[in-house]
Amino acid sequence: MKRFLSAAAFFGALLIIWEALVRAKIWSPVLVPSPVTVGEYLLEAVRDGTLVAASWVTMKRLLLGYTFGIVLGLPLGLLTARFKVWQDTLGLLALGLQTLPSVCWVPLALIWFGQTETAMFFVVVMGTLWSMIIATDNGVRSIPPIYARAARTMGSRGLHTWMKVMLPASLPFIVGGMKQGWAFAWRSLMAAEIYVTILSGFGLGHLLHYGRELNAMEQVIGVMLVIVVIGLLADKIMFSPWERYLHRRWGTQGK
Amino acid sequence: MTVQTELDNAAPSKLSVSAITKRFRMRGSEVHALDRVSLEIAEGEFVCLLGPSGCGKSTLLNIIAGLDLADAGTVLTDGKLVDGPGRDRMVMFQEPALFPWLDVIDNVMFGLKLKPGLTNSERREVARFYLKIVGLDKFLHANVHELSGGMKQRVALARALAPNPRVLLMDEPFAALDALTREQLYGDLQRIWEQRKKTIVFVTHNVREAVCLGDRVVLFSANPGRIQEQFRIILPRPRDINSVTLATHATEITKALKGHMKPEAEVAE
Repeated sequence: MKRFLSAAAFFGALLIIWEALVRAKIWSPVLVPSPVTVGEYLLEAVRDGTLVAASWVTMKRLLLGYTFGIVLGLPLGLLTARFKVWQDTLGLLALGLQTLPSVCWVPLALIWFGQTETAMFFVVVMGTLWSMIIATDNGVRSIPPIYARAARTMGSRGLHTWMKVMLPASLPFIVGGMKQGWAFAWRSLMAAEIYVTILSGFGLGHLLHYGRELNAMEQVIGVMLVIVVIGLLADKIMFSPWERYLHRRWGTQGK
Repeated sequence: MTVQTELDNAAPSKLSVSAITKRFRMRGSEVHALDRVSLEIAEGEFVCLLGPSGCGKSTLLNIIAGLDLADAGTVLTDGKLVDGPGRDRMVMFQEPALFPWLDVIDNVMFGLKLKPGLTNSERREVARFYLKIVGLDKFLHANVHELSGGMKQRVALARALAPNPRVLLMDEPFAALDALTREQLYGDLQRIWEQRKKTIVFVTHNVREAVCLGDRVVLFSANPGRIQEQFRIILPRPRDINSVTLATHATEITKALKGHMKPEAEVAE
């Protein structure tokens, strides 16, 4: 409760400073709208459904591509960790492509798939996949060899060792990789949505883009706020429980 | 299979180690870890392998466990050739090697889950039985990191006992513990050995520890790893590591150990 109060006080103070700066009329209200105007925009956008629809379109794209990237990246990472041939081929490719900012996939995706959902899906997958492969690979490599030896003496072999020992043992790395993959996917999707219009659905990025076209600063800031809130919620809902579980079990330093 | 038959002591094995040779390369130079080592261990015997670091005693333990392969020679348990790890020979390492993603009882159940013929609730009962033996029945659901070093090794002991092996292989399991905890565990291990009737092969470089625990102490020399001398320890049990008679035996063995460690001998470390 105390932590909640201090957070509330902090953000309340930010809002007050913002409002005060606007009232001081240092900048034109076209450039810096007051928090009240932004709030009114957000309320209106929720009421007429545009914001909810756009959030839904964006989340759908993100979750679809992200899930696919994770589900594909996890076994591939296990393969690169297990077999030298995979490490020297796919592992190297993943390492290289992970350094490529995922926004750079957007032009290629547009040429290959046109202005379609497939292009969006592709960009999100590219954002997730490589960091997931590398995190899983790292995770498996950091497992103390004694775990696998102990498991062997108890009769664990092959697939059982991988599912019951290697996979859970690398969980801290895998969750770290999932988090990074999420961040990459989120950034690349936003860039793609701002960059191109996909007629099958208007996401938050488009809403942001139109805010600029219309010179509607309250819309620009409002949508930015929504994007920040979604990022925060994703962290709190998807990753925090996992991290808390890992800290408790492994005894690593929690928050 | 019922829980009771599962908990009945499995008959201890007879081990025959014959002419085991093992070399490996370490930073370019060849180490002759074991040179035609032969050893007979009787059913239910407690044997300590004693020697300086690098004498191949741990290597021999790993070969008996089936975790490492010998270059030549064979290990037989009750006449059966060892060609890999098996639940009849459970291993305890110097590190507890417990799985941090499982709680205490699930760690003990890991090996039991690989054993067919038991339901999960029966396995749980078996695991609880062994955790009680090692004195940790109040910590069934503790996380591994919450336990002290000594408690971790107790869980590792319970985990090794749980599949009801015929042989227990212990590789300096108490080396990383403080002296007081170690003394407690000497008492517990002797009690459990008498109660559960296992053949135990125990690797150590601590002479007193070897004398305190073993029916027989097998002294190794390093490079090449060979058996130098064997000592039968005839002392009443349970033995106290601080007793004077035990110290006399230990002194004798220490002398023999030093005699074999010639100054020009290239002993690792």
